[in-house]
Amino acid sequence: MRELDYRRADDAAGAVALVSGDPEASFLGGGTNLVDHLKLGVARPRVLVDISRLPLDQVEEIELDGGGRGLRVGANVRNSDLAAHPAVRAGWPVVSRALLAGASGQLRHQATTGGNLLQRTRCVYFQDVTTPCNKREPGTGCSAVGGYARYNAVLGASEHCVTVHPSDLAVALAAVDAVVVVLGPDGERRVPFEELHRLPGDAPERDTTLDHGELITAVELPESAAAATSTYHKARDRASYAFALVSVAAALELDDAGRVADLRIAWGGIAHKPWRARTAEAALLGTEPTEERVAAALAEELADASTGEGNTYKVPMVTAATQHALQSLQGGRR
Amino acid sequence: MDTTIRLTVDGREREARVDTRTTLLDLLRERLDVTSPKKGCDHGQCGSCTVLLDGRRHLTCLALAVAHDGSEVVTADGLGASDASDASDEGALHPVQQAFLDHDGYQCGYCTPGQVCSAVGVLRELEERHPSHVTEDLTGPVAADDEELRERMSGNLCRCGAYPGILAAVRQVAGRAAGEDA
Repeated sequence: MRELDYRRADDAAGAVALVSGDPEASFLGGGTNLVDHLKLGVARPRVLVDISRLPLDQVEEIELDGGGRGLRVGANVRNSDLAAHPAVRAGWPVVSRALLAGASGQLRHQATTGGNLLQRTRCVYFQDVTTPCNKREPGTGCSAVGGYARYNAVLGASEHCVTVHPSDLAVALAAVDAVVVVLGPDGERRVPFEELHRLPGDAPERDTTLDHGELITAVELPESAAAATSTYHKARDRASYAFALVSVAAALELDDAGRVADLRIAWGGIAHKPWRARTAEAALLGTEPTEERVAAALAEELADASTGEGNTYKVPMVTAATQHALQSLQGGRR
Repeated sequence: MDTTIRLTVDGREREARVDTRTTLLDLLRERLDVTSPKKGCDHGQCGSCTVLLDGRRHLTCLALAVAHDGSEVVTADGLGASDASDASDEGALHPVQQAFLDHDGYQCGYCTPGQVCSAVGVLRELEERHPSHVTEDLTGPVAADDEELRERMSGNLCRCGAYPGILAAVRQVAGRAAGEDA
């Protein structure tokens, strides 16, 4: 491990100034991913700016700018505390469910809201510094193309990178139209959740649209009837403590006639970012969501899926998981 | 870069000067001779390094010591004294430790200090009504049934496969905590 200069930030603006001014500096939050990467040689910062003691640890009810109510979650709120928060359990069950489906009890006490969103892929090649990987070392090639392909993306991949985003929380936040509050050297900006993460294209080293030194300070959750009737289903290799093969965050509001008034579907394990299934959502809006209609809508969403021998299972798996999630919500189970 | 770290470890004030790259686990084991937290995978995948950090279960292998300066650490070694009404009773076993003995909750014992710290954390989370992945109703009461206990203990692996004994031990203490028959 490279020698490390450790600084503890006094305030968020100071942390941003320290990291944005030094290309070899990184923020340190809960450390569950970064400390591992320091050991593996995947990350080699010269300076760590510890933001974990900044007072960004509140969950507050807020009035949203565009009207309506919501919840503002500080970036340092621990995953366990967010999952257990009464307002989240009642108003955004998909967020609690997604958090509780990830990692272990110990790790959820450590990991933060902001850090969870910025965790990096678990692609076996990304984490093995002896193999080529465009995300870890741009220009070296992608070992997962033609390599071990079981975890590979089926939508939105490029020849340069075929990996998927590992966060469960991010999939839930994509489904509830969260807003990410970001502090940079020039002040604060607000990023719609779907614009936080990016597809790999020819720059897979960039997971997000944030600039170096920009700091997530909070995430805002807008209140909605759909968010209050939402859930998260995750398929994995063991019953607990494993990353998703595929996952589904679903939020559903039906009108009095049983037709879809509002529907949000986001997928994990499918792409380089949480995949919002907007084509399927649009196809189902205003209809009664029968199994046949849902199957047709999901098939349309997955029409461009690109699979090989290793990951062809993901298409039927995510279809079945989405059917299951929507049926659960119609049955009153969140 | 070296830095001075002060911690309370199992009720004692401790201090060491360490390199900033040192994990909390290596500080405890290699510098402070507190060897009950074990190094298993060293990558956050096995749970054998679990301690109670400021009262909550926490991995020490994925924590830089410098980031936790000033914290209170309770390891399996200090659990008994932390629970005893008389803090000077260093030989006392915590009820969770006694339950692991009663139910053969181990074979080789390497993962056991992490298991017992995690179990103490699980019991506190149940008292605080934290839900889990298997909790049916997120807004309802939280039960301490076997399915819940298995899910909540999933961050601690046991290569000997002593899970039936571990589950029986945690069940015994969880039953008492909930005021039910053991």
